[in-house]
Amino acid sequence: MMRVSFTVNGRTYEVAAQPMKRLLDVLREDLALTGVKEGCGEGECGACTAIMDGLLVLTCLVPICQVEGKHITTIEGLAASGHLHKVQQAFLEKGGSQCGICTPGMILSAAYYLDHPDETRDIREALAGNQCRCTGYTKIFESIKAASS
Amino acid sequence: MTFQTIGKSLRRKEGILKVTGQSVYADDIRLENCLYGKTIRSTVPHGHIKEIHFKDGIPWDEFTIVLPSDIPGRNAVTLIDAQQPFLAEREIRHVAEPVALIAHPDKHLVEKARHHIQVDVEDLPAVLTMEEALERNNIFKSYLVQNGDPSEKWREADVIVEETYRTGAQEHLYIEPQAMIAKAVTGESVTVWGSMQCPYYVQKALAPLFGLSPENVRIVQTETGGGFGGKEEYPNMIAGHAALLSWKSGGLPVKMIYDRREDMWATTKRHPSKIRIKAGFKRDGTLLALDIDLVLDGGAYPTLSAVVLSRATLHVWGPYRCASTRVLGRVVMTNSVPYGAFRGFGAPQAIYAIEMHMNRAALELGIDPAEIRRRNFLRQGDRMPTGQVIKEEIDLEMMMDRALELSGYHQKRADFEEFNSQGKTQRKGIGLSVFFHGSGFTGSGEVRLASELSMALTAQGGVEIFAANVEYGQGTNTVLTQIAAEACSIDPELVRIHQPDTSAVPNSGPTVASRTTMIVGKLVERAALELRKRLKDPADFENAARQYMAEHGELRITVQYETSNDVYWDDEAYRGDAYAGYAWSCNVAEVEVDAVEYMARATNFVSVVECGRVINPVLAAGQIEGGIAQGIGFALYENVVLEQGAMKNNQYTNYIVPTSADTPDIHVEFIEFPHSNPGPYQAKGIGEMPIDGPAPALGSAVAHALGGRFINELPLLPERIMHALESS
Repeated sequence: MMRVSFTVNGRTYEVAAQPMKRLLDVLREDLALTGVKEGCGEGECGACTAIMDGLLVLTCLVPICQVEGKHITTIEGLAASGHLHKVQQAFLEKGGSQCGICTPGMILSAAYYLDHPDETRDIREALAGNQCRCTGYTKIFESIKAASS
Repeated sequence: MTFQTIGKSLRRKEGILKVTGQSVYADDIRLENCLYGKTIRSTVPHGHIKEIHFKDGIPWDEFTIVLPSDIPGRNAVTLIDAQQPFLAEREIRHVAEPVALIAHPDKHLVEKARHHIQVDVEDLPAVLTMEEALERNNIFKSYLVQNGDPSEKWREADVIVEETYRTGAQEHLYIEPQAMIAKAVTGESVTVWGSMQCPYYVQKALAPLFGLSPENVRIVQTETGGGFGGKEEYPNMIAGHAALLSWKSGGLPVKMIYDRREDMWATTKRHPSKIRIKAGFKRDGTLLALDIDLVLDGGAYPTLSAVVLSRATLHVWGPYRCASTRVLGRVVMTNSVPYGAFRGFGAPQAIYAIEMHMNRAALELGIDPAEIRRRNFLRQGDRMPTGQVIKEEIDLEMMMDRALELSGYHQKRADFEEFNSQGKTQRKGIGLSVFFHGSGFTGSGEVRLASELSMALTAQGGVEIFAANVEYGQGTNTVLTQIAAEACSIDPELVRIHQPDTSAVPNSGPTVASRTTMIVGKLVERAALELRKRLKDPADFENAARQYMAEHGELRITVQYETSNDVYWDDEAYRGDAYAGYAWSCNVAEVEVDAVEYMARATNFVSVVECGRVINPVLAAGQIEGGIAQGIGFALYENVVLEQGAMKNNQYTNYIVPTSADTPDIHVEFIEFPHSNPGPYQAKGIGEMPIDGPAPALGSAVAHALGGRFINELPLLPERIMHALESS
């Protein structure tokens, strides 16, 4: 076991965990932040997406030993001010969420894309790491366009 | 007719919880003293169990272990029949068949322990193909539809086209894996919470497993992260396993959450198909006769295969008039992992075959694929081969013309042929499909289900709906709310939906078969109208309801499904009105095929849809778009590689589904003919229909890109495209 200290959604935590415990499990089990979801456990589906020190990460691929001193944002922290983030609002209005299981990760990737539009060619590429089996992506694209205007 | 709520794109009722990550799915529930359950499974397709060894190195005395001898009641999953065991006793019939269950508080130790169990099996020969199964006459179910005699028509035909089409299995790949939690009071009762489409199916399966009466088996649906049919019948098995472990443990809660590999390896998939079609045409394209031999691989146990076969059989003639039709449908037993419900339920395989065949026939007759359809479309008043008269108002020609116009079909067809003649490495193609999908249970299914739904007044002057139909992304909560709000003439905010829980809601049937809006929605409308009648001033529902509640304390009514007098299905003769309503659609797909990499890519997609009155345009379009994306996967990418009848590429990494980068622009347009439909406000079902049409539209677009070379097998993998290009 090792002790690791880090910040999630502006709050500092210290946890004792096996060094290779996945950040996904620490968030879900130790911190009860279940907005991160496990869809595949191998970094393909994007349901466990969070933002760590300003970068999108797949929390199923991040061992907790790499999280010391890091700043993490999960879906629970996006609307922390009491108001929905503009991407959340747009997903609600434009039908960007259906079953909802990919939604937290999708919204974080979409929010990241709006903050860093030049890192990828377009929305399609920006979201290619977040799988949705319900929407066919059309309403997700429409939501992000609405949020960016 | 003007509406207050119907036809408006209300926000998803549970949307706030979903966009903020607060929705609670089964695995998000925290429990004290929880055990984690795992299923021990066979690794051979056929054999007899000799012995199960629990090897050294694991503290087995700390584990809860369930073997068939621990089962208190009947060791069989009760569904249509009761043939599939919860745990194999002696005979193993497929790879991944459950043979034992283990549970422990430490989830990592359970995973480790799994590898310390050895199942000794005496191998028996396995049947792994549909052809072998047919030779041995291993047939679960067959149907014959005969209308006229095609054999007398071949002489009259100017052109006879005969081809065989194959489709592979397809994995649902809901993003939330299968998940169940069970807590038993040993000897008395069982409660299950989990990810599912059909709470009452689970109750029906578990009561005999424990020898309990249904009231002592309580099933609660938790937020469900996609299903697509994969959470129709398979949850019965997992719920049974979790409950058996809890029962054996003396009543500790047990969580069974499948990881992705187990989910893909062990659970149901879409039935593989082999469909031979012989069709006779006049020179002008008039269809004279159809002779169809349709075979599905059912896998090792019957599951829902008989009804999947029925829906396939009843969709395989497509939306065309044909006076002489014979269809033989058979589903065979093999030693593959059992196939089960998947959105479309047999129709996507059938429609792929008939629609590819119409495109093939158009090529052989030298007429445009749109024109051959125009000559043969079903019209109001025509009969299908089962004798069903099309009573609904439908104009397929108008729908197809609209899709051709929206897509610029004719111009693009000519432009692409010109482009392809230039010999570049990219080739372009455009293709279409026209199809229908029956809403609700097949044949007499809805009569047998006899669904019940309750509605009660609330103290706030609204209503609460009590139904067993679940929200799993498709919009049940919102659509039923809109129907209730419209019928009561109240603000949708005043409509509550009770969580599906067998101890609190009546059995309004399973959440399957595109039935929720049309069948269950009609019950909502009827219940609402019945409540209105009981109020003094129904025009002011909210105040009247408040007043009623203040005076009487409660008002709850229950309504039951009623069939219409002019809808009748004869089970014995397998004839009559197969569905009370059909949704109709035309798809146009564009593709680019790379002649160096042999990859096909969808580049544009148009869908014109008729599903009666559209209750919520955003949600309805979302269903169509999502179904199309899944259909694109079925057509181009999704390749279940079988080894000994089980999925070998059972990882997200190795099973390719369309991502945001692979899904083209999808244009959906609704055309409403809402005059004679049986659903609430003349709405029909659309949940499954969108997955029926993309495969033949894309398949014929690829054939167009390849200069008329047809590939009769899905998915359209690069090696198949290469073979088609290089073999001619």
